[in-house]
Amino acid sequence: MPLRETSRKGGSLSERSERTPERGVARNGNSHHRELGLTDSEYEQIVDRLDREPNPTELAIFSLMWSEHCAYKHSRKLLRKLPTEGAHVVMGPGENAGAVDVGDGLAVAFKVESHNHPSAVEPFQGAATGVGGILRDVFAVGARPIAVLDSLRFGELDSPRSRYLLDGAVAGIGHYGNSIGVATVGGEIYFEGSYEQNCLVNAMCVGIASRERLIRSAAAGHGNLVVLLGALTGRDGIGGASVLASAELGADGADRRPSVQIGDPFEEKKLLECSLALLDRGLLRSLQDLGAAGLSSSVSEMASKGGVGIDLDVSKVPLREAGMEPFEVMISESQERMLCVVEPELLDEVLATCANWDVTATAIGSVTQTGSLRIFSGQAPAGDLPVSALVDDCPLYDLDPQPPSAPLYDPPPRRLANDCETHATLLALLASPNVASKRWAFEQYDALVGSRTARRPQSADAAVLSLHHDGTSGALAVAIDGNGRRVSCDPYLGAAEAVLECARNLACVGAEPLGLTNCLNFGNPEKPHVAWQLTRAVEGMADACRALRVPVVGGNVSLYNEGPAGPIFPTPVVGMVGSLPDARRATGSAFLEPGHAIALIGPFSPDLRGSELEKLRGGLADSLPQIDLGAQVEALAAVRAAVRAGRLASAHDVSDGGLACALAESCVAGGVGARVNAAAPMQASSLDDLLFGEGAGGVVVSGPSEAIAELVEAAGSVPVEPLGTVGGHVLELTAGAASLSVPVEELRAAYEGGLPDRLS
Amino acid sequence: MTGVRVLIRPKAGILDPQGQAVERALPALGFEGVSDVRVGRMVELEASDPTRIAELCERLLANPLIEDYEVVVTDDSAR
Amino acid sequence: MRFGVVRFPGSCDEVDALLACRRFADAELLWHGDRSLGGVDAVVIPGGFSYGDYLRVGAIARFSPIMAAVAAFARDGGPVLGICNGFQVLCEADLLPGALLPNTGLRFLCRQVDLTVDHADSPFTRALAPGDILSLPVKHGAGRFYAPDDDLRGLEENNQVALRYALGENPNGSLNDIAGVTNAAGNVLGLMPHPEHAAHPLSGSTDGGRLLQSAAHACASNARAVA
Repeated sequence: MPLRETSRKGGSLSERSERTPERGVARNGNSHHRELGLTDSEYEQIVDRLDREPNPTELAIFSLMWSEHCAYKHSRKLLRKLPTEGAHVVMGPGENAGAVDVGDGLAVAFKVESHNHPSAVEPFQGAATGVGGILRDVFAVGARPIAVLDSLRFGELDSPRSRYLLDGAVAGIGHYGNSIGVATVGGEIYFEGSYEQNCLVNAMCVGIASRERLIRSAAAGHGNLVVLLGALTGRDGIGGASVLASAELGADGADRRPSVQIGDPFEEKKLLECSLALLDRGLLRSLQDLGAAGLSSSVSEMASKGGVGIDLDVSKVPLREAGMEPFEVMISESQERMLCVVEPELLDEVLATCANWDVTATAIGSVTQTGSLRIFSGQAPAGDLPVSALVDDCPLYDLDPQPPSAPLYDPPPRRLANDCETHATLLALLASPNVASKRWAFEQYDALVGSRTARRPQSADAAVLSLHHDGTSGALAVAIDGNGRRVSCDPYLGAAEAVLECARNLACVGAEPLGLTNCLNFGNPEKPHVAWQLTRAVEGMADACRALRVPVVGGNVSLYNEGPAGPIFPTPVVGMVGSLPDARRATGSAFLEPGHAIALIGPFSPDLRGSELEKLRGGLADSLPQIDLGAQVEALAAVRAAVRAGRLASAHDVSDGGLACALAESCVAGGVGARVNAAAPMQASSLDDLLFGEGAGGVVVSGPSEAIAELVEAAGSVPVEPLGTVGGHVLELTAGAASLSVPVEELRAAYEGGLPDRLS
Repeated sequence: MTGVRVLIRPKAGILDPQGQAVERALPALGFEGVSDVRVGRMVELEASDPTRIAELCERLLANPLIEDYEVVVTDDSAR
Repeated sequence: MRFGVVRFPGSCDEVDALLACRRFADAELLWHGDRSLGGVDAVVIPGGFSYGDYLRVGAIARFSPIMAAVAAFARDGGPVLGICNGFQVLCEADLLPGALLPNTGLRFLCRQVDLTVDHADSPFTRALAPGDILSLPVKHGAGRFYAPDDDLRGLEENNQVALRYALGENPNGSLNDIAGVTNAAGNVLGLMPHPEHAAHPLSGSTDGGRLLQSAAHACASNARAVA
């Protein structure tokens, strides 16, 4: 296979400093680097790092390693603001997944990742391979995946395209998660016009491992072998880089280069069991999964972390397609593959173990001391790149944040008159897709496999999973939260709210947060107003994490989510893992017993700015209520303590739709009514704000009247307001002169019907 | 080697919700006058012994209790 | 008394079944590639996606080496329980009548449902009584039980319908609301709902455990020797 000649730049240092504008153009006059997404300046820097022009294979690798997706060029500096240290942290950012210690010699690994653009192209496979990818990230550190959660965002459901994307994404997540046998235990789904052209699919995975089995990805050991495991390699995901092909594929060329990656959960299940078996036997020096940019990124990152070089022979890679060129093999994004480093004496045992699990395993290279990634095709050299240039030395950009001078987003369509009376407003909110029950979606997911699920979707504010199967208590709580619309009102406060909301959900089941993962979904960071959104959001997240003392152990950034109409809502999505001593005390969100008392814990200043009601009325504020971080953190601790004391029947935080919706949801879940007097001292400027306002804080709890009375008595700096009593078949809500009375069955019809009614 | 294509369909009389869903979706996409949609599976293979194909269909490729199948020879030439 | 839980490539709920069985007796995993059952007293074929559900649910698993031993065990009257995918495998292997088709709703469905016990003549149901209500979860995409009219009539007349979805609870369009059936001899039971996910108190229902406990009890009191 003839390679284009590389030009060797000779001459002295002074000559090298003379740049001509045509330097960015390859010898034959093409400007392939631009088609691959590299700027002229970046191309010049590549030439500078190599001391010559790159050949097509090398150029392809640079184009991916230096892409925003792989290199985090615009976000890396900003992410340094996030706190990453904590007493429980076992693995911080930089590895395939973060991990925290949960006691008893166990660690929990977790991470969230986006698969936004592929899901917009083909939602089923995009979401499925998103799940596949995050699963691999977790078992790549040696943890057995035990739970998946998904955060999804689409345009409004009036749009057939959004209904199509929702349908496909949910089916894809179910297909992959159910087939591989990992429970999908939680998630969230939001619908906003802002996401119409750019849907968001963020997948989170949680895994469990004994601390000794955790493994890092740094390649090490001169002479150790690099072994590729799993599926055959095809042309998946090569897409734009196909301009580099030296041979024309002919009329059916497009078919040969599928832009959609197809996931195979059956293959991944074998790969998962095989990888864990290899680790259990102590056969691996390091492990890395293949994701974006395939072999090239995995190999580069393994080498970079280990401070070593790697030699690779692409002719050894088992292929699905004939005649693949070296650059295609290096950047293919075929799914269900892992890379490991193995001492030569252990290779036979590794191959035997893999054969036992019916997993293809092939030695394709070795670890060297050259500090270079050297690619061969058989004997022929195909590329030679300094590892540092690919990973650490890639250009990083400073953001130029500027607050927007004009509104960035159109107000949402009005769906509710301002003077619509309270009863109808409550029902409209309960039925609105952002508030309504997501049962249509979560019933498509196996939430039970693995026998750890102690709290199923929609039964509590966080998912709860047992840590042990032997009856020993000790459990994990997991939640994923975000609200792009509120972040658009105020990126700093909105991002802080997302962190607090997640921690509050954990507190409602009695869990203490141990670590956080986040996915930052934003528009084009080169635009100053998006840079501003991103910067303020990260600052808000950082401050909330510090106040909560929760470290960020890993995450993901997805930028350039925008179209001609502008950027998506700035959408930081937060995933949190916490621990609780006893799963049996993880309270659900349902009112349970007539006669139980109801109370509201925590400072709560409900406000219509950024709320669902404001959205239904066709408004979008440009600010959010202030947050007292210290008071919020204290309130969380109070909720957690109350739940752990084991005397509460329910705990449900106030979020989308406000207090009235939270009360209604607890009634519907329990099949019982309530009599509530909400007059009291909540600082709200109007009835609507009181009943339907949102904002940080506010947890509705219920329990035996003595237990609630004790809480009220003992309340110190954290306010605990009695609200009323559980009972009857109607939700009666009084606030000053206003009152409403809605049968629970009507509440249920609105809440459970909201989504199915719009999808039939 | 004989090239063979096996078409597998749900037996008539068995509820085929996939076929029904496709049929119901067609008018909204602008296709009138389409009815009796049945959705099945297709398996293509090359066999060295074409006399065993029927057995392969009966035992593995189709479930005769719920499916009908049809074998189409696509290429009879010896290779 | 020992349960043997078969594991195919792609099985998902085999460890769940193992954990549930161990609440009542000893239990071990049986690898699909082995030809012997190792002398277990009852066999459980678990839920999951054996062979990825490729071609047709259960179609490939039924040809696994171990299935010959399972068939012989069943012919000799040994207790065999097929759960979800296991039910599908047993139907494909002709150890149970009928077939499982895709849910009428065309979607995978994971939901807690109420079942009524119709006939309680198998080792797994002997400890229950007709009319008992059980709360078990279903989680499947192809659970619609089907048999041609004559076969269906025969099943009903022969008391082979063990479990039915309670009124209004049929999640998949099964004919006659059938959730579980036995073979003619009554020693093989297949059901779509998952008893292993209703054995631990934390799962919200322990009704599933009653099926396993029933078999453990039946085998212990029989003290049968199995080849």
